Amino acid sequence: MEGSAIRLQGLRKEFGGTTAVAGVDLEIGDGEFFSMLGPSGSGKTTVLRMIAGFESPSSGTIELAGQEVTGLAPFERDVHTVFQDYALFPHMTVEQNVAYGLKIRKVPKAERLQQARKALADVRLEGFGKRRPSQLSGGQRQRVALARALVGRPRLLLLDEPLGALDLKLREQMQIELKALQREVGITFVFVTHDQEEALTMSDRIAVFNQGRIEQVGSPAEIYERPATAFVASFVGTSNLLDGDTAQRVVGGPGTFSIRPEKIRVLKESALADEPEHSTVTGTVAEVVYLGDATRFLVDLDGGGRLTALQQNLETSSEDVAAYRGTRVRLQWNRRHTVQVPDAR
Amino acid sequence: MTATQPAAGRTPVRRLAGLLHRRRRLRLSLLLTAPLLWLAVLYLGSLAVLFVSAFWTTNSFTSEVVKVWSTDNFHALLTTPVFRQVILRSIGVALAVTVLCAVIAFPLAFCTARVARPRWRPLLVVAILTPLWASYLVKVYAWRLILSQGGLADWMLKPFGLSGPGFGLPAAVITLTYLWLPYMILPIHTALEQLPANLLDASADLGARPGRTFRSVVLPMVLPSVAAGSVFTFSLSLGDYITVQIVGGKTQLIGNLVYSNIELNLPMAAALGTVPVVVIVLYLLAMRRTGALSSL
Repeated sequence: MEGSAIRLQGLRKEFGGTTAVAGVDLEIGDGEFFSMLGPSGSGKTTVLRMIAGFESPSSGTIELAGQEVTGLAPFERDVHTVFQDYALFPHMTVEQNVAYGLKIRKVPKAERLQQARKALADVRLEGFGKRRPSQLSGGQRQRVALARALVGRPRLLLLDEPLGALDLKLREQMQIELKALQREVGITFVFVTHDQEEALTMSDRIAVFNQGRIEQVGSPAEIYERPATAFVASFVGTSNLLDGDTAQRVVGGPGTFSIRPEKIRVLKESALADEPEHSTVTGTVAEVVYLGDATRFLVDLDGGGRLTALQQNLETSSEDVAAYRGTRVRLQWNRRHTVQVPDAR
Repeated sequence: MTATQPAAGRTPVRRLAGLLHRRRRLRLSLLLTAPLLWLAVLYLGSLAVLFVSAFWTTNSFTSEVVKVWSTDNFHALLTTPVFRQVILRSIGVALAVTVLCAVIAFPLAFCTARVARPRWRPLLVVAILTPLWASYLVKVYAWRLILSQGGLADWMLKPFGLSGPGFGLPAAVITLTYLWLPYMILPIHTALEQLPANLLDASADLGARPGRTFRSVVLPMVLPSVAAGSVFTFSLSLGDYITVQIVGGKTQLIGNLVYSNIELNLPMAAALGTVPVVVIVLYLLAMRRTGALSSL
């Protein structure tokens, strides 16, 4: 198929007796920003390492740009990696680090220095070329690693939790920069992360991993709004999962259902619920969690079960919301936000 | 005041602990007095005595030390051909042993640190260290047996139409290399073991074949440890005189000259003794530039 950067078929990996990757089929398009999201130990990093060539699959095939590379060594693949802890060479200057790949490809010295400087300028690190990695901050090292991986213009860039070691502010800034950079260079990015927010903000598409398998592949909106499994619903964002009797009573049918907390409105019990497209239940506020910009209400439903609702603090303050504890409320949400998920929790 | 310090200050031990906690200088001086005395009086003091006595002379009839200042001994060191030869030979032996140790130790350390399975590594390190538990003399005499005429070396080389090196300078170099090899393997082993695996991955990822990764990443990062190991092999070889007596045939090194002069001409022996000290100080200064001393 044309326009496919990566195609994985029946990919498995076993370490000793444990299965790290249990059959992954995946196709990633050219120029996509693709995220692999999952908790630690879900196999996402192992898949990445197999694409890079650091691990060889127990079975299955890997194609890069239409060519099978399953048995090839890392240095035979047109793929570069940004490592979680950056893996910069400590005995080389920043410039030498960035130029390393070019030097191996025997690019003439003047040209590779010029390219390295340009790559450093692209990640806003002009003038840092002569320093050692140890003299840089975490965010700067991260950018050097990015420049080193991008300078050779690979077709595919693999990023293994590259923002994991940065503090929140820097991480948010780098998320925006990374996305802008990807749009600019037009290279396929495969981004491994356990941070669902990061995956949602940056990706064109996301694959959610769990226990060595892919649970769902889709756009951020699809993953968030239409979780295919209970695992996706609970891992990506927070979710109310209703099943059994509670589901029967609240939704009116058997099965497992997911409702996002921010879709639920908290009203006075006496409020009228006559709009046909809305579901409604009544209950008692068990706990109020003040989050600054929003408030989380944990509501025990009449007849059992509990729902979490998230409300923006448009007009309320911390003193106001505390008064809600123990009061009777009515919860209301649009029926189309009740999503049925196949398997039980 | 006493009311605010309830339990503290009751027992003498607690009172002392409290005092030491408050007085940083007292704590430091108690801690450092003994080792500093050792270093200053016994170690540096004896070196100073050595150096000073090198400027004295002897009565050539009675061999008694005459405390008259002269630089004759050092003059003789630099001008007498025999002394010059022996000094250069000693430095040559120390360098040869160091190079041999490095060449042998690197692949061995690579096996113990990266090729062997992790749970075998501690055992292999112990195996490398076991020769250090045996007496130095026992090991040198073992080598005397190996290298003697009709010994193990001769017997093993015979099928190839060769014979062992016999006793002499090569035998001394071989035996010293054997003796000091663990001191070279250990630092290299440690450096290779601590080499992050993802640096090797990163190098391969950027297109480097294994040979290239070895030259551009592994070797430069391990070199300071090789230099650190060489500080041991070099200085231990330079100071040795027993090995060369046992397997060296008629070969003389600085140590032998010191030993033979110590009865007859103590100041000359002292002057000879300062030579390795000076050489090793120069060697350390050279090694410091490679960053070796910070990885010791």
